[in-house]
Amino acid sequence: MHQLWTWVFEPGFFSSAPVRVAAVTGGVAAVVSAVTGVFTVMRGQSFGGHALGDVSAAGGSGALLAGLSPLLGFVGLGIVGAGVMDMIGVRRVRGRDLATGIVLGAAIGLSALFLYLTSVSGATTGAPAQILFGSIFTITSATIPAVVILSGIAVACIVAVWRPLLLDTVSPDLAAARGVPVRLVGLLYMLALAVSVGLSSLAVGAILSTALLIGPAATALRLTRTAGRAVAAACLLGVGATWLGILLAYDSYYWGAAHQGLPVSFFIVAVIFASYLLSGFPSERATGGRRDTASPASPAHEHIAA
Amino acid sequence: MGQAQTSAATPDVLRVDGVSVSLGGRRILDDVSFTIGAGQFTGLIGPNGAGKTTLLRVILGLQRATAGTVTVLGHPRSRRNPSIGYVPQKVLLDSDLPMRARDLVALGMDGHRFGMPLPSRQRSEAVREMLHAVDAERFADARVGNLSGGEQQRVLIAHALISRPRLLLLDEPLANLDLRSGQEIISLLARIAASQQVAVLLSAHEMNPLLPVMDRVVYLAGGRAASGPADQVIQAEVLSRLYGHHVDVLRVHGRVLVVAGTDAEPGADFTADHALEAG
Repeated sequence: MHQLWTWVFEPGFFSSAPVRVAAVTGGVAAVVSAVTGVFTVMRGQSFGGHALGDVSAAGGSGALLAGLSPLLGFVGLGIVGAGVMDMIGVRRVRGRDLATGIVLGAAIGLSALFLYLTSVSGATTGAPAQILFGSIFTITSATIPAVVILSGIAVACIVAVWRPLLLDTVSPDLAAARGVPVRLVGLLYMLALAVSVGLSSLAVGAILSTALLIGPAATALRLTRTAGRAVAAACLLGVGATWLGILLAYDSYYWGAAHQGLPVSFFIVAVIFASYLLSGFPSERATGGRRDTASPASPAHEHIAA
Repeated sequence: MGQAQTSAATPDVLRVDGVSVSLGGRRILDDVSFTIGAGQFTGLIGPNGAGKTTLLRVILGLQRATAGTVTVLGHPRSRRNPSIGYVPQKVLLDSDLPMRARDLVALGMDGHRFGMPLPSRQRSEAVREMLHAVDAERFADARVGNLSGGEQQRVLIAHALISRPRLLLLDEPLANLDLRSGQEIISLLARIAASQQVAVLLSAHEMNPLLPVMDRVVYLAGGRAASGPADQVIQAEVLSRLYGHHVDVLRVHGRVLVVAGTDAEPGADFTADHALEAG
């Protein structure tokens, strides 16, 4: 039994300070990403979420160049990017791809510039990898309060607009007719999205932040029938994948003779991807099995009948 | 069905007075006026592009009128009017949407409120009652995206009715339904209009399925409207004036067909825009 335990948890796992900080920040980032991500997937704004990741990359690399905390850059520029996307017209379906594409292109250009300047100045080695692909074990415990406060803001935003946002997701016309302040609701959601992406950029890197935002949410949406349960399931999946990824990365140091640990972000994203694939099997049962056993009056049949 | 007596005593549920809408220099609605009394079933009939959706959006306050007024229950129309229920055209309910029929109906009650809903016996009882009223109880727990077109319409109607409106607006609710589902929705609406004293204004480009239940018709063509009892409005003379060229109204086995007249002056008003649907 003890042997199995030490085989799963290599020596020093629970006493390691970097592991503890990583588990806390990663777990918090996973929860926030799950809460926001369920709405992002439902609203078909995954591409927008990815673009905000690239904006975060520009912010993080800029902050690194200026000698500031990357988290400040991730979240700060992310919020600006979300505001710009809202202004260009992320609300209108037609304008959405355009807004996203323009913001994304500009952000990647800025990241390229900042990361080049950082590497030339030689102040930090491995800056591009840290910003783009994350390095959760290098986060210091001093960052934890900021992470917790930011996550509180993002979750509070989503909880506040929960019902109007759901209604707006079903039909913007329906929401507007009910007198929902759709602009305000949309802005609060974009704020939550920017903060979530910033936090997951810190955990798994700006480029991979989409995986933490979209993966657990998409898996949860396959398994549940209400928004509340989807959010709960996405939180469990996200935190589970993050912690399992941290454990695997820690253990990977002992796998080869060379004692070369593999990147955490890879493991987290791999676990998320695997769980998404696995969730494909029971989905028919969870959705009530109506998709395939549809009544004779299913839309497809009606179309033929008409 | 006739509610003419009651509507004379109480204020009109809806009064549209001289409403005009111009968009980008194009006149969509031109001096449209009509009233709807309590519990009346009114068909908003007209060919595609006649301005039916625009008119409904003006009534809802989603579209600003260039001229004219809309009065609801004797008061100027205000935004977030709980006395109007609305079923929009083409609500795309994706099968990935994690929402059961009963959740969508519940959003009709408090979807405009901030915060998450707290579990409440009263709330779920009201939802159950409403689902029963539209005969949707048997798929209450199915995902809305997996329901058939007719089932989705029932859920959307329940969503619109649960706030107990006095006026229910439906934008082309029969557009994507087969004949039988369409008939079921129409008789459901007629039943609700009578039993709950809800006035119904339903837009459609095809009037025949509505003829047995319509108290009144508002016929829109070329941005202009004529309103009144169906047999008075659906006349060659009235509709020819609306279309701006001669049309014939044919009555065949209880069905009505509106067709372009044979003596239309070539090239005058008769453009593709005016191509009539059998209605």
